[in-house]
Amino acid sequence: MLKDEDRIFTNLYGMHDRTLKGAQARGHWDGTAAIIKKGRDWIINEMKASGLRGRGGAGFPTGLKWSFMPKESDGRPAYLVVNADESEPGTCKDREIMRHDPHTLIEGCLIASFAMNANACYIYIRGEYIREKEALQAAIDECYAAGLVGPNAAKSGWPFDIYLTHGAGAYICGEETALLESLEGKKGMPRMKPPFPAGAGLYGCPTTVNNVESIAVVPTILRRGGDWFAGMGRPNNAGTKLFAISGHVNNPCVVEEEMSISFEELIEKHCGGIRGGWDNLKAVIPGGSSVPCVRGENMRDAVMDFDALKEKGSSLGTAAVIVMDNSTDMIKAIWRLSKFYKHESCGQCTPCREGTGWMMRVMARLVEGNASVEEIDMLLDVTKQVEGHTICALGDAAAWPIQGLIKNFRDEIEDRIKHKRMAGMAAE
Amino acid sequence: MLRRLYHDQPETFAFTPDNQKWAEAQMKKFPEGRQASAIIPILWRAQEQEGWLSRPAIEHVAGMLDLAFIRAFEVASFYFMFQLQPVGSIAHIQVCGTLSCMICGAEDLIGVCKDKIADKPHALSADGKFSWEEVECLGSCANAPMAQIGKDYYEDLTAERLGEIIDELASGRVPTPGPQNGRFAAEPLKGLTSLKGYDSGKTKFNASAQLATDIGDTVKRIDGTEVPLLAPWIKDAKTAPAKAKTAKAKPKAATTKAASAAKSAVAAVEKAPKTLKAARDGGADDLKKISGVGPKLEGVLNELGFWHFDQIAAWTEDEIAWVDSRLKFKGRIARDNWMAQAADLAKSS
Repeated sequence: MLKDEDRIFTNLYGMHDRTLKGAQARGHWDGTAAIIKKGRDWIINEMKASGLRGRGGAGFPTGLKWSFMPKESDGRPAYLVVNADESEPGTCKDREIMRHDPHTLIEGCLIASFAMNANACYIYIRGEYIREKEALQAAIDECYAAGLVGPNAAKSGWPFDIYLTHGAGAYICGEETALLESLEGKKGMPRMKPPFPAGAGLYGCPTTVNNVESIAVVPTILRRGGDWFAGMGRPNNAGTKLFAISGHVNNPCVVEEEMSISFEELIEKHCGGIRGGWDNLKAVIPGGSSVPCVRGENMRDAVMDFDALKEKGSSLGTAAVIVMDNSTDMIKAIWRLSKFYKHESCGQCTPCREGTGWMMRVMARLVEGNASVEEIDMLLDVTKQVEGHTICALGDAAAWPIQGLIKNFRDEIEDRIKHKRMAGMAAE
Repeated sequence: MLRRLYHDQPETFAFTPDNQKWAEAQMKKFPEGRQASAIIPILWRAQEQEGWLSRPAIEHVAGMLDLAFIRAFEVASFYFMFQLQPVGSIAHIQVCGTLSCMICGAEDLIGVCKDKIADKPHALSADGKFSWEEVECLGSCANAPMAQIGKDYYEDLTAERLGEIIDELASGRVPTPGPQNGRFAAEPLKGLTSLKGYDSGKTKFNASAQLATDIGDTVKRIDGTEVPLLAPWIKDAKTAPAKAKTAKAKPKAATTKAASAAKSAVAAVEKAPKTLKAARDGGADDLKKISGVGPKLEGVLNELGFWHFDQIAAWTEDEIAWVDSRLKFKGRIARDNWMAQAADLAKSS
């Protein structure tokens, strides 16, 4: 198990002093100017060496992403945009950073902005996080008052402004280009790529969009060295990670653990085991609602990292682990996710706008067993037609949970249809 | 999902003075000419003030940001947090119904809402005090099931506890938000498994619940006086050059107070232009045709006594200063070059 001294978010639960003074006492904002003095290339190389992969779900290497930003400005300003629109069902990790350890994020914003030649950073937080917004803004105000951000941020000579703004309840704004549209005051509809945000993002200027956790771990990585971070977890899956475990475990929680921890250890150590014991485990969604579910018996020995979960036919995503025991109606659970995606489709691309509604309605009939067995394959076929045929990944995200259900629980769907038939015949 | 404006709209909308100041500070977060970026926070403040978003409120915000009404309305209708119909006078209860909450008992919570408030979401309770809806994931999954009431999250709920909370709110009390089962935040219920060295228990509540109890504005309609307005991102040095062009040597104090003070005492460099009591025969010109003038600004201009393009085209520099100090956006007249636009429009009409 990860030792406390290797944890980055030392105030994850907010039990310690949450002010700037408290954060500094825990080692944050320490030698920030010295890190910046080491220069842009050193920071980016160190980030690459740390092996940090983006914490927002896709797992793209963060250092590499930063290196896409233009080295020299062509007259346009560059922007760092922090994606704090945490809305993926199951995910509740960034909230804990923003309300309880906000200075990790603000310091990270300064360093990351410097590394990509940006003098301004926008944090886009989801609208529902009203108190988290207030807590984060209070921390930003503290930093302005202490001169840690502003015209000469942390005495590094780098002028840096940080602005907090928010959304208003649209899941799609977690997609980076939709977020940029929303930040420009429009409907959150994803843009076509290319051009990628690093070429033309916010207001048509070079922009990098990073997840809260990806940015918040940066200062500690640079203080302790990329090697330290790379030394945890398996190769290509480095570092520590916030796991959010919800559903049918004895003690649901958010906890920082080493990458590549086994699922069993994660659940036993921190969550007090599965409700009703391991035999009662039915299925797990290991990375937030968008990833396929895994049957319980396949999950016990699973390793919680990007590559290992891919081999299990799923994904680490945001490391939001949703645990379901035998009392769960799996078909209904996936129907609920279909309902979510139908609600959140922005309506821009036809396959997604029409497909999510269609899939939800078929799923609703499968919950009742009110369908024919052939319709399972038809549903699977439709998910394949939605997947990969939309501008953004919401279409894929809507398709994968259903594909996971059919792959892992086809017998259950068929049983329910047959059962319904029998009941119908008996009634006649 | 189809979302329409409510059939019964109020006549007018205006921000309270403090909310107006707050909104103007938000606009300064964005680069010159990108003020539309502030639309979501400002619409949200309008909703916080009134409880829901009416057509006049959307129009008002569109005017502030210099947007066509449809641009503001499409934002209001796209984002689900904007309530386009009246909500309960005490609170609108938003129960999270997505997967983690559903498997932990959200359906029972919805049952309580149906029972105690109204059968249908978005309908008002018989006494008008409450309304409810099922919302998608609120991002508090490790504390499922939960509901957002007003500004705050009530987490680790049971059906029984939600019923009590609604009763307490109905009787005028505000229950403490946060986890309702004795947890502090999102740590394991049975005790810490990590970070034990930091378990100092210095504050009574987690950051969210502490703010809620300190400010005490959980289900209140926000008028802007709850917390002092801090806007450290506003730098006088940055905004001054933009003003200097038109507002010339006018002292800064006069700029901020101009709207009210200027009515009685006109600053030296300002000169009142000729105004009209009403539009000339043949009706007023559509001043909205000038880029930079929305419905809101047109109203202000009419109030000041300007109805026609030729009036605007004839302004002198001192007169611009006079008009400028009466508009909310200092420097806009020169920035958008209204006079040249108006002269062109006057010719073509």
